[in-house]
Amino acid sequence: MMDTHQKHGWKNMPEELGSALLNLIRLTSTDLPPDVEDALQRARRTERPGSAASTALDAMLRNTKLARQNSTPLCQDTGTPLFYVTHPAGYSTRMLRSEIEQAVAEATRQSLLRPNAVHPISGENTGDNLGGEYLPTIHFTETEDDALTINLILKGGGCENVGAQYKLPDENLQAGRDLDGVRRVVLDAVYQAQGRGCAPGVLGVAIGGDRASSYQASKQVFLRQLDDHHPAPHIAALEKDWLAEANQLGIGPMGFGGHTTLLGIKIALLHRLPASYFVTVSYMCWAYRRRRLTLRNRFALFS
Amino acid sequence: MIHKLTLPLKDEDILAMHICDEVLLSGTLLTVRDTAHKWLIETFIDNAQPPSAREKAILEDLSPVLYNGAIYHCGPLISEHAPSKLKIDQVHFLSAGPTTSIREEAYAHRIMSRFHVSVLIGKGGMGAKTLRACQQTPAVYLHAVGGAGALIAQTVQQVHAVYQLEFGVPEAMWVITVKDFPAVVTMDAHGQSLHQQVADQSRAALKLLTLT
Repeated sequence: MMDTHQKHGWKNMPEELGSALLNLIRLTSTDLPPDVEDALQRARRTERPGSAASTALDAMLRNTKLARQNSTPLCQDTGTPLFYVTHPAGYSTRMLRSEIEQAVAEATRQSLLRPNAVHPISGENTGDNLGGEYLPTIHFTETEDDALTINLILKGGGCENVGAQYKLPDENLQAGRDLDGVRRVVLDAVYQAQGRGCAPGVLGVAIGGDRASSYQASKQVFLRQLDDHHPAPHIAALEKDWLAEANQLGIGPMGFGGHTTLLGIKIALLHRLPASYFVTVSYMCWAYRRRRLTLRNRFALFS
Repeated sequence: MIHKLTLPLKDEDILAMHICDEVLLSGTLLTVRDTAHKWLIETFIDNAQPPSAREKAILEDLSPVLYNGAIYHCGPLISEHAPSKLKIDQVHFLSAGPTTSIREEAYAHRIMSRFHVSVLIGKGGMGAKTLRACQQTPAVYLHAVGGAGALIAQTVQQVHAVYQLEFGVPEAMWVITVKDFPAVVTMDAHGQSLHQQVADQSRAALKLLTLT
């Protein structure tokens, strides 16, 4: 039964999947999405000309153009490759994983990714960005749609290191088990991060879940467009209000001081156990590398 | 204020720099990350065992680069793919922005004092130990724009040598020559830290936003 499914999936798989995946990695590593570039342009207009904040934003925008033009990685830290795959019934996730791993290794050979997978204890670098079951990270979801969709986020180590998980109530932060408590820990996370996550970044905030699902959801929201709105109006309002408050902290681009500390906040809600009230904050740097490959009827679309 | 400077620096160049000044730095410097910081301390400062002949040779090569020189917190993305067969004259830096410096806080001040390092370059700033070392040496901390790897790689004119490549490409120590490397002074030799100032201001703002 299993074999039949896998064979079926493999036959369905477009032959050019490997090269399409390599192109997805190239695009993600070298070409910042337009919504992020637009947000950086808007941020630059809010900073005082000649200030360190304005100089930093200028450098980010120049870097973005240069990387796109020369097809070189925007940032040397090509980070953790996070793949989110949505596939029709019948695909073998084992085969999809193998295709993705081959593309990641090839992209590393082509200097589109820095060799970033090191043994946790010895520190030995595998040289090809492959590190067992968890690197690259791949999430699979089956869909009724007939398209195979592969999203890729490259998330650097600097911004990963400033992520945080809180457990409400938090007495030190006077954060109770309510929305104001969530607001307090979110602002604390932005304050603690200062410029170290490569500000201006984007926050993914997961409210609820268990420890693991909460972290997962806090990253998955980075698949959203920067200028979209949460479907629930009261959550969309929180995203907007907390963003405005975070930008009152004055941390600014790279932590140089300034008006733009964050470009956005995206919230996910997860049902939780009555006993657990986790709030998980993931930070995505300004070099917000997020791209999508959609394969339908053997046509590939990159966005 | 923009300082156009070439390594090795003189003390008066260092003392003329203040936080928020812009710098265009040229000259030969060394990339050093986490593993290499630990290794430099263990091998040449703590000296639990006397350095081997190979280690002594590395010390002789690196000392003149570091004296009044610069350490760059950076793990580059390079053009070569098989480190074991790497030919140094064929290596280019494709993307080479700064990495987070605070991880080196425990090590940096000891290396600055042992090798008389005038400039640290990185991102995110460093703490009190490094700030004190900046006053004593004297030295400055220059903040490069994190994520601007492609832009900064364009300032790398030559890759001269690599040491401890067994640490992996990002963690190895690369000797490079840069021209007009752009950065902002965020910690100076006069005891000022822009990071401390922004942290203090943002803490006050946070307090206002979270009054009960």
